[in-house]
Amino acid sequence: MIRVENVWKSFDEQPVLKDISLTFERGKTNLIIGKSGSGKNVLMKCLVGLLEADRGRIVYGDLDFSAMGYRQRRVIRKELGMLFQGAALFDSMSVTDNVMFPLSMFTTMSRKEKEMRAAFCLERVNLHGADHLQPSELSGGMKKRVAIARAISISPKYLFCDEPNSGLDPPTAILIDKLISEITEEFNITTVVNTHDMNSVMEIGDKVVYIYLGELWWVGSRHEILHTGNKELNDFVYATELMRTLKK
Amino acid sequence: MKLLYHIGRYFILMGILLRRPEKASMYRRKIVVEMDLLGLESLGIVAIISVFMGAVVTIQTAFNTDHPLLPIYAVGFATRQAIILEFSPTIISLILAGKVGSRIASEIGTMRVTEQIDALEIMGVNAAGYLILPKIIASMIINPALVVISIFLGIFGGWMVSAATGVVSLHNYIYSILFEFSSYDVMYAIIKTVVFAFIIASVSGYFGFYTRGSALEVGNASTKAVVFSSIYIILFNLILTQLLLI
Repeated sequence: MIRVENVWKSFDEQPVLKDISLTFERGKTNLIIGKSGSGKNVLMKCLVGLLEADRGRIVYGDLDFSAMGYRQRRVIRKELGMLFQGAALFDSMSVTDNVMFPLSMFTTMSRKEKEMRAAFCLERVNLHGADHLQPSELSGGMKKRVAIARAISISPKYLFCDEPNSGLDPPTAILIDKLISEITEEFNITTVVNTHDMNSVMEIGDKVVYIYLGELWWVGSRHEILHTGNKELNDFVYATELMRTLKK
Repeated sequence: MKLLYHIGRYFILMGILLRRPEKASMYRRKIVVEMDLLGLESLGIVAIISVFMGAVVTIQTAFNTDHPLLPIYAVGFATRQAIILEFSPTIISLILAGKVGSRIASEIGTMRVTEQIDALEIMGVNAAGYLILPKIIASMIINPALVVISIFLGIFGGWMVSAATGVVSLHNYIYSILFEFSSYDVMYAIIKTVVFAFIIASVSGYFGFYTRGSALEVGNASTKAVVFSSIYIILFNLILTQLLLI
């Protein structure tokens, strides 16, 4: 479980996050949604420690991440997996080496054990026969799947996904969404997904958090989001013609 | 003010590099890989430039010291001293600043803008240490080796042009190459090269690591890395010459 308590963040005196407090539960896919520039990406970066909150606390389990120093944070970081918008695979490494990298860095596994673990993770994300390929030889969807395999290779407790299906065709996007959801349940991970894709919300949103102008505007499930009377949220949810037609 | 900001941030980055590695064996493996990428891949250009520069220095010296009062060993002696003291350590380092510096800055800069560095940091890896430190160590090991090769090839270039054109007799050239040879000169060249290697890798790593934005910024970081590495090499060349030779 991750607790966010009264988090504030500003850039050049301009507040981007305003007193955000919420909880991300274990074994569930938690979605942060909002318009571009709403602050959801900054919130995600504060959660993983790429940015420091100006005020407030971020607590992983019982550990106050915000109060920890660099060395102490390593303990939690080893339990984090992250899927980046562009996959962020290491260009100089093959698919297998990418997946094995966290194992090589943080475990004492033998080469054989690491290869077996990498093969298991790649199998789990349905990537057969791609182990020897370089990232430049992969399609967008394959890159995302390798990134998921890398993220789960060290059996993380927390999985963060930044716009996991941006730039993907709808069937591949759904495939990635389902994979994230399945992995969350299967390994009992606390998953936080940052997205503005309503398809993802409707597919996998166990808990949905709507950020509006840096404030926590609405929290609910994917079933509740379609029937809320919140005007700003409705403007976001029904921004597309498809969603408006579905509503009718 | 901006200069002080960069100097401060550079030294903070150097401090981060010295944090204890997550796994020493990974760093060792990376040093070997970097020695190949940064050093051995530069061997070709270093060899070509050294041979031709040695030949040109010999011809220039021969034509400009053609005087009955100058001893016969002047040409080879001047060629040797020019190559050992300045040409090989300084000019080759400037060339490596262009080749290796731009490579380091663009590689690390691309990793920054494609979030690969963020991925490392989220995993708990000291990204600066893992990416920059092996390059610095590799450069400090391999660049002196390149410079020693350059010295040999530069002197060989002079011998070759002497044999081909007869500007100096081969006997005179070999005699003057050995005339009053001091091994300290080679040591001086190696010390300078080690310092220049540190400058090239660390300054280029700094500009690459703090790249922000898009591919355009990677290009800018690469250019800045080459320009500032070259300026610092020239500056430290003056300081080291003053300290070591005078």
